[in-house]
Amino acid sequence: MDLSRLKQLDDYCYTVPRAPGEARSEVLLYGSAPLLQTMDDMVLTQITNVAKLPGLVGPAMTMPDAHWGYGFPIGGVAAFDPDLGGIISAGGVGFDISCGIRCLRSNLSLGDAAPHFPKLADALFQAIPAGVGEEGTLKLTTHELDQIMSGGAEWAVHQGYGSEADLGLIEEHGKMRGAMSAKVSELAKRRQRGEMGTLGSGNHYLEVQVVEKIFDAQAAQAFGLHEGQIVVSIHCGSRGLGHQIGTDYLVSLAKAAGRLGIQLPDRELACAPINSPEGQEYLGAMNAAINVALANRQILAHLTRAVFAEVMPGSHLATLYDVSHNTCKLEQHPVEGRERLLYVHRKGATRAFGPNHPALPPDYKAVGQPVIIGGSMGTGSYVLAGTAEGERKAYSSASHGAGRAMSRNAALKRWHGRELIEQLKGQGILIRTKSLRGAAEEAPGAYKDVDLVAEATERAGLARRVAFLRPKVCIKG
Amino acid sequence: MSSRYRYRYFDHEADIGIEALGKTVDEAFANAALGMFAIMAEPATVIPEQEVAVEFEEADIELALVTWLNRLLGQARLRGLIFCAFELEHEGDHWQGRAWGMPWRPGSERGTEVKGATLTMLKVEQGPKGWQARCIVDV
Repeated sequence: MDLSRLKQLDDYCYTVPRAPGEARSEVLLYGSAPLLQTMDDMVLTQITNVAKLPGLVGPAMTMPDAHWGYGFPIGGVAAFDPDLGGIISAGGVGFDISCGIRCLRSNLSLGDAAPHFPKLADALFQAIPAGVGEEGTLKLTTHELDQIMSGGAEWAVHQGYGSEADLGLIEEHGKMRGAMSAKVSELAKRRQRGEMGTLGSGNHYLEVQVVEKIFDAQAAQAFGLHEGQIVVSIHCGSRGLGHQIGTDYLVSLAKAAGRLGIQLPDRELACAPINSPEGQEYLGAMNAAINVALANRQILAHLTRAVFAEVMPGSHLATLYDVSHNTCKLEQHPVEGRERLLYVHRKGATRAFGPNHPALPPDYKAVGQPVIIGGSMGTGSYVLAGTAEGERKAYSSASHGAGRAMSRNAALKRWHGRELIEQLKGQGILIRTKSLRGAAEEAPGAYKDVDLVAEATERAGLARRVAFLRPKVCIKG
Repeated sequence: MSSRYRYRYFDHEADIGIEALGKTVDEAFANAALGMFAIMAEPATVIPEQEVAVEFEEADIELALVTWLNRLLGQARLRGLIFCAFELEHEGDHWQGRAWGMPWRPGSERGTEVKGATLTMLKVEQGPKGWQARCIVDV
């Protein structure tokens, strides 16, 4: 990105001056100069387009890991007021609705677990359905799918996947209100029948990680983290049902926008007023997909626990937290001294409530919501905590990943899957995957420096670093 | 048409761009489908042993490309198939196509799952050498 087009507001926040006569809201780009320099100019184009949508409250924002997406940039955050004609956008949520990360903390140390890593990697690869075309062992009826779409992770717990204790550590207590399964197409439901409890492919993963460094002792203690501890992170989403809802509504909302008089600067921003039948239908369907994603991660957490118990009897995996990335949620935020109910789009961004937010689990109230920045399979991930400053600056939003720095196409030309896997093995990271192409596309070098992203997230005031997690075993789709 | 390729990929930071050519718009769309499924599996390894029909109405030619690709993705996932060959014809707003492929075999090398065809950089246009169809797919 050409920084000369931006105006620097502070060390970690930039804006884009409006051209004469340009009608749009403010744009804020959070991140350091080196990170912004690596971003494609399309990030700027896309977030500027978001700033032209009706009913936007405050600025349209990008997080430090932002990259060129479709409609919204990945790492885009924008809040809309329904009473001011605010919209809900399928392109502001994405195809993989509620894609997110479940983080589990164990009672194992690296020393205890390391000798078992090869067996653990093989057993996880066997037990976790991953990759394009893979189905799970669950085959659901339409009635069961309807129950999942309204019940989320709560449904999964009631079916024996995990425990009630998990639910308090999942956004929305594991169950998103307002789901309307009747607004989900039959094709979307049929696609999901065999896909519950599957990981998917692309940037999705299941990683066994070690806590390598603690940055914030108080928050780490609250989250139950200490150096040398083994944790597990599961990154996946709403699978075929979410993809199909995204597909169905992208075209129908693109057409609705024209019919409803909304001028779209990019058709991918496909949207409708929240207070319109079209907007409500998408909202209901999207909420149903959020529940499917929450249930999916709950089932995968259960499968992971079973593998750990088999390979390392006596092991225990407790949920640290479950965050969603691609969502639009109704939240209360202070704007110019007044509390307002806004629909906050986070496309490739993490909700990051600060300390004392009423939605937080009791154990985390003093320190803020856990935020997980998932890095590449060769570098590492971060656990952070939401801040009061982030509530004011970005509607409690933070980065969600390292963010790509190179296209998949370019990565394929540069790396070979088999060599990469061998190279990572030499670094003590075991990869198991059905896709050598996928491994090459996901090469660590194709991503931004996750250390810079986490540091910029903290210095921008969006969330503060708590712990760094180093991958040891990675299951890729 | 004297083009050197049926489809090729262009760079997009997070996802994958597909640009396909054809003597007709139908052929360009069929080639775009080939490009999309080639992300998930090498077409030469797929046996065209099962046929699936796709039919839809769409007046907007660019939305027709997205709808065609997404209908194929939906049918493939619904039936547990991977496709390798495609045919499409349209008359006015009515589009009728067929795809051939096979079920995923255990142990077969997988590519990267395509979640959906997007409206970003969507373009369908006729040039001196034929039709070009372009879109970005989310992976």
